[in-house]
Amino acid sequence: MRRTRAAAVTAVTVSMLAAATACGGGSATEGGSNKSPKEITYWASNQGPDIAADQATLGPELKKFEEQTGIKVKLEVVPWSDLLNRILAATASGQGPDVLNIGNTWSSSLQATGALLPWDAKNFDAIGGKDRFVDSAIGSAGAAGKDPAAVPLYSMSYALYYNKKMFQEAGIEKPPATWDEMVTIGQKLSKDGKWALGAEGANLSNNIHQAFVFSQQHGASFFDASGKPTFDTAENVDAVKQYVDLMAKDRIIAPGNAEYDKNQSLQDFANGKTAMVLWQSAASSFKTHGMKEGDWGTAPVPVPAGGTPGTGKNVNSMVAGINMAVFKNTDNIDGSLKFVKFMTGDEEQKLLNKTYGSIPPVKAAQSDPAFANEDLTVLRNTLSTSAAPLPQVPEESQFETAVGTAVKELFADAAAGRAVTTESVKAKLTKAQQQMQK
Amino acid sequence: MTSATAGRVRRTTARVRRTGRLRRAALPYLLLLPALLFELLIHLVPMVMGIVMSFRKLTQFFIRDWSSAPWSGLDNYSLAVDIDKPVGEALLNSFFTTCLFTLLSVALCWFLGTATAVFMQETFRGRGLLRGLFLIPYALPGYAAVITWAFMFQRDNGLVNHVIHDQLGLGGAQHTFWLLGDNSFWALLTVSVWKGWPFAFLIVMAALQNIPKDLYEAAALDGAGIWQQIRRITLPSVGAVNQVLILVLFLWTFNDFNTPFVLFGKSAPVAADLISIHIYQSSFVTWNFGTGSAMSVLLLLFLLLVTAVYLFFTTRGRKEADA
Repeated sequence: MRRTRAAAVTAVTVSMLAAATACGGGSATEGGSNKSPKEITYWASNQGPDIAADQATLGPELKKFEEQTGIKVKLEVVPWSDLLNRILAATASGQGPDVLNIGNTWSSSLQATGALLPWDAKNFDAIGGKDRFVDSAIGSAGAAGKDPAAVPLYSMSYALYYNKKMFQEAGIEKPPATWDEMVTIGQKLSKDGKWALGAEGANLSNNIHQAFVFSQQHGASFFDASGKPTFDTAENVDAVKQYVDLMAKDRIIAPGNAEYDKNQSLQDFANGKTAMVLWQSAASSFKTHGMKEGDWGTAPVPVPAGGTPGTGKNVNSMVAGINMAVFKNTDNIDGSLKFVKFMTGDEEQKLLNKTYGSIPPVKAAQSDPAFANEDLTVLRNTLSTSAAPLPQVPEESQFETAVGTAVKELFADAAAGRAVTTESVKAKLTKAQQQMQK
Repeated sequence: MTSATAGRVRRTTARVRRTGRLRRAALPYLLLLPALLFELLIHLVPMVMGIVMSFRKLTQFFIRDWSSAPWSGLDNYSLAVDIDKPVGEALLNSFFTTCLFTLLSVALCWFLGTATAVFMQETFRGRGLLRGLFLIPYALPGYAAVITWAFMFQRDNGLVNHVIHDQLGLGGAQHTFWLLGDNSFWALLTVSVWKGWPFAFLIVMAALQNIPKDLYEAAALDGAGIWQQIRRITLPSVGAVNQVLILVLFLWTFNDFNTPFVLFGKSAPVAADLISIHIYQSSFVTWNFGTGSAMSVLLLLFLLLVTAVYLFFTTRGRKEADA
């Protein structure tokens, strides 16, 4: 009996020590190896209405890949809110998936960690070449002048979605093309408990996307050419104020939207509580909320008075999208490259982007007639003519939080009836800027 | 049995006894060893790593191999305590918010728990059921409970505003924001007390079971009323338990991360920016792991100091009372 106990104690101790030493291990082979050629792990970002939907969409495709190559893909769909933290943890521990999806705005930040495989000419050749992809999508896959850290998978852009029935009832014929029109039309629509425009005031990423577009339209930028933050310039203050004023001064956004961060504004839109939303590739979400194709119309996001969507001050969207990256220390580098090639192949691109309501970043796939309906034509035109990538600096993810939080706090002020002034906007942006540590 | 055989048996028995004694003496240490190793792995090693990190310039450039991050001396600490700059100012603000929040939450939890436990000493019909009900918040999984509160506090569709504004007609026609602005502090406090008081109730109730009934009977005979009984008998008898209870509640509340995180997400409103979430944001959201570590070390030092002072005074008080 005693001997068993002693043996048990020894066993536990030994296993503990083994675990302890194992923690310190983990070799990081540069550029990956092919130690386990028959299997790869894939973290997909949650693209569809829920995780089960993504599994249903991707499952058969992964089976197809397995049949073609004999490589089994272990799929995990990661919710958007967890994804960045999961990637960080995987980067820090060296224990991550082989292939993963990343938000394209994080490309430079994640590139700076050095954990992702750089897409040099050789790696691009393995998946059919860089020329297959749309330029703007490649532009949001890493810092300028460096090999991209990822490959574009799904492209999206912002559009103005409007509820046709609500417009008809208010006697409005066409959606606003400029911000002045947005305010005039908006004030006609905002009455009897209904509101003109939806917003996600507590959603930091969404705040950043809107602030970025307004900043571009004011001819400003959140980082200067050397990569230093310039959050609180007069132009940026005006830009952020113009956005928050849609609630604070123009009163065309419901104050309650200040606490939205879980896409509640899409639900309000589908329920006829708000007449318009600025959103990226929203069609599939509207359908899950019970709308039918034809209930909503799609138009480009408004631009400053007198302009038409284009470059410079008429930029009206960020280049939104999902990229696909390979962890540098993968145990199956060849398999990972094959898998990226498969997912970015013409056929898969058509199929997956159709399902998700996004635009293929692969040129050859874009010509499919499925991407020529009203919604996707607007999104595609925006992407090709009037969208700009978010600043491709390593500090991008900090910038999203710092400025996103500033906008969130300003919306909270507006909702609570506190004045949103040039000074209060500047103060918040200055604070955000000082939080950026080099 | 020959004498030789008897001697062998005696010797063998003595040896067995001796090794038995040795084994018995070593056994407690052997049994403790795994726990000690776990303690080392789970607490000490990360703590030492955290302290080392706090002296390094650890950003996204180095998280893959944090030991390659350059040393930064006391930079992270000076940044954290420089209250003229936004980082230090925000940390100080968050520290004061947390202190006030902890003070109110612990006081309310303790008061509610004790009051309920005292009144539940009386036997009445349905007491067991009521006791069970009181423990529900403590037994529920934290995440599910807090997310339910988050729904209830929503401005437009939440139950709280529905009751206050629509049913009771209080607070005007405009619904109140609970998860934004200054009110978020009170929303957070409500959830914290709701979650915390059943624990106080449970502990105080257990302590009350140990007070002999005859003490009350004798006091009643001497003409002591209910308040005097509570003041002279109940409270002193649960003193030792209360000391531990308050310390535990203090540490839990001060470090509570789940409640604000589930209520507000990764960036809490300024009025409810508790220090745990503030440090999380500094480390993992803005990717300044070094600064976050320095803040954690400062927090640890503060909590150690408070605990030491608290224990010093409470144990001294008890020794004096015993003497």
